[in-house]
Amino acid sequence: MTINTLAKGGWYREQMTCFRKMEKVIVAMQDPDMGMKMRNQRLLITVIPHAMTGRDVIDWLIQKYNICEEEALHVGGMLVRYGYIYPLKEPRSLVLRADETPYRFQTPYFWTSTRWPASELDYAIYLAKKNIRKQGELMEYEKERYSLLHKRINHTWDFVVMQAREQLRASKQRRKADRIVLECQEQAYWLINRPPVRSLTLHYSAVLYHTVLSCIESCRRALGRNRVKSSICLEGFVKFSEQYQNHDPIMQGCLPSNPWISDDTNTHRLERWSFSFMELLNDPIGRREFMTYLEKEFSAENLCFWQACEDIRHGESSKIIQKVEDVYKNFLAPGAARWVNIDSKTMDKTLEGIKHPHRFVMDDAQLHIYFLMKKDSYPRYLKSDLYKNMLAKAIVPQETKKSVFPFMRRQRHSSPSPAQAVTQVTEEDGRAMGAGKAGTNSLPPSPLSLLVTIVTIQGVLSVYSFISD
Amino acid sequence: MACQGLQKGETLASLKRECDNLKKKLEEERGKLNDVELHQVAEKTEVLGALSVKTRRVLKGHGNKVLCMDWCKDRRRLVSSSQDGKVIVWDAFTLNKEHGITLPCTWVMACAYAPSGCAVACGGLDNKCSVVPLSLDKTENLAAKKKSVAMHTNYVSGCTFTNSDMQLLTCSGDGTCALWDVESGQLLQSFHGHTADVLSLDLAPSETGNTFVSGGCDKKANVWDMRSGQNIQSFESHESDINCVKYYPSGDAFASASDDATCRFYDLRADREVAVYQKDSIIFGASTVDFSLSGRLLFAGYNDYTINAWDVLKGTRVSVLFGHENRISRVRVSPDGTALCSASWDNTLRIWA
Repeated sequence: MTINTLAKGGWYREQMTCFRKMEKVIVAMQDPDMGMKMRNQRLLITVIPHAMTGRDVIDWLIQKYNICEEEALHVGGMLVRYGYIYPLKEPRSLVLRADETPYRFQTPYFWTSTRWPASELDYAIYLAKKNIRKQGELMEYEKERYSLLHKRINHTWDFVVMQAREQLRASKQRRKADRIVLECQEQAYWLINRPPVRSLTLHYSAVLYHTVLSCIESCRRALGRNRVKSSICLEGFVKFSEQYQNHDPIMQGCLPSNPWISDDTNTHRLERWSFSFMELLNDPIGRREFMTYLEKEFSAENLCFWQACEDIRHGESSKIIQKVEDVYKNFLAPGAARWVNIDSKTMDKTLEGIKHPHRFVMDDAQLHIYFLMKKDSYPRYLKSDLYKNMLAKAIVPQETKKSVFPFMRRQRHSSPSPAQAVTQVTEEDGRAMGAGKAGTNSLPPSPLSLLVTIVTIQGVLSVYSFISD
Repeated sequence: MACQGLQKGETLASLKRECDNLKKKLEEERGKLNDVELHQVAEKTEVLGALSVKTRRVLKGHGNKVLCMDWCKDRRRLVSSSQDGKVIVWDAFTLNKEHGITLPCTWVMACAYAPSGCAVACGGLDNKCSVVPLSLDKTENLAAKKKSVAMHTNYVSGCTFTNSDMQLLTCSGDGTCALWDVESGQLLQSFHGHTADVLSLDLAPSETGNTFVSGGCDKKANVWDMRSGQNIQSFESHESDINCVKYYPSGDAFASASDDATCRFYDLRADREVAVYQKDSIIFGASTVDFSLSGRLLFAGYNDYTINAWDVLKGTRVSVLFGHENRISRVRVSPDGTALCSASWDNTLRIWA
């Protein structure tokens, strides 16, 4: 499935298919048998070979594609606009005239599709050539661009002038007719790819227009945003960091309550449950404890409902309809076994949504129950005996004991991979921990040798860091 | 036809002027509520001492540059992907290579571990992001069970699962991000707004979990709403490509790493950049960033082979970690904050703690 084609890369891809189609037409036009009749055209005093009139082009298109004159004019006009055919007499007038005006095919070397995108360097060389060849030959807009380029790519300016001189010298050695043809072709190419500002070709205007419009729209939306004072926001970061500082293993220089060592609940982990409701719910043991508490309060259906909604949101698409039905039957239907208390507005909206169930249909109701638990049950849980007893019984993590050997190293075991069984990760009996050796792939060392290593390397440093604290 | 071009030409110039004016106004509005700087607020916090963080493991096994890595939620396993087309799942403790998947394309630039730990996603120059279920049956050819989920029109630069194994969020060189349903491979939402390659994305750790941030070669970092596909906020202050974006643990801010050799910190509520982490001696671009668990430290990997640890609040550099022999492609702090893993173009990964 294609994603946006108006984005820069996508646009280019879309245009390329058009170019290919146009190129097919051009090639057909130049077919020796079925193509157009070419003739020599007189341009001032020189004879230009292989040219055709506008009338020829129209007639050929009408005949080949079985279309009317108006359509042929339109298609032919596109071929001129995109530079596949260029006018000889009035090069800046990129229109197809259905009369004796002479035109010529652009050489494939100068097709837009071949030389995409037109480079700044090449343009600079072209303008330099024009300038050197005949002073005052540059038009106003070309003069502006020339000086802009001179500023922008000043570092390669010597190269530009050198190239321009070389190309002019090489062209002098060609026959006059060839030279004029080449000059016409090159001029035509640049008229298409670097048009004078006023008459932007379709390429640039479409893309730029769209980008600028979307930029304006997003600016307008951004202006309407509510912003918060910096002092308030930044204080928030300071507070957050302070709160979590003791729980940041990398900063403390050693490993408290490391789940790699033990799965016991300790004060650090329990403390985190009091930071926010999300912390409690995210910890599987926390969630379990909270459920126990709610059961005591006879409001467990709230958490069950929330979990069922999470299951719908994150579960398999094929099971959504069935799950939504079950949730409705168990929690929302009048007289349901585990009816949850939602305000009538949200209930009505949810019931409407259930008629066409999708992944997020329960979101509003779920959020309502989430905030209900957060405001009501959660604070009471934190004040409850259940939680307080847990805290009292919990193990104090070893780093707060500040012993000489800050932590015990235990032998490394491999823990079962989550891919093996879909059980709760925290209930694994893996007891493993990192040792101090840098980058070894060896067998787990015996505890004794580990201790020895620690004392000699880590122990000394750690002792030092505690002393310096 | 030509006249229509002219008309557009006229309005285009005036539109551009309107756009520039609006941008100026936006900057003024943002500046109005800027009453204090971050380092001023942080003056009362204590100064951090140098970190005593060392390399604890070196994971060798990739045959070429390691481009990406991701931790598993079990905090010891990780998946890494490399330029040679290989994706390896390691047990970082024991240094065991548990799974190896060979992809038909080279430059696997993105990889992610599924929240359940039962699958990994990977993608890169093949313009696709595929999900591979992990199986402990050693005789099974994992690559055969690979399932193509995301299809972009250019390389995939980053991917992450949302809160479940069922949805995948990707960003690509085609300038878009997209949300996919893993089972059906259906495109659920696409996000347009970047005007150049998108190089990185990160999911917000918020309660409602519905936004993510992306950064790209257009020097912009955009915040998106996953449900509506709308671009909620946009920040443009870097001077070069943004290589990596990462949310602050509280979800109220994010950091970015860029080729202009700076990392920046953006506050979402104040809607502006609040800190720049740079030093005259740091010349090479930063390719990756991640926060420590408390959000006080910001680890950034650079193209000069080092990892710098910044004090997020004070804006100063706390430590430099040397050890890698080529540029750092990715740094990630483990889910429990106990260790930092860095992936590098020197074919290895290192665990620091």
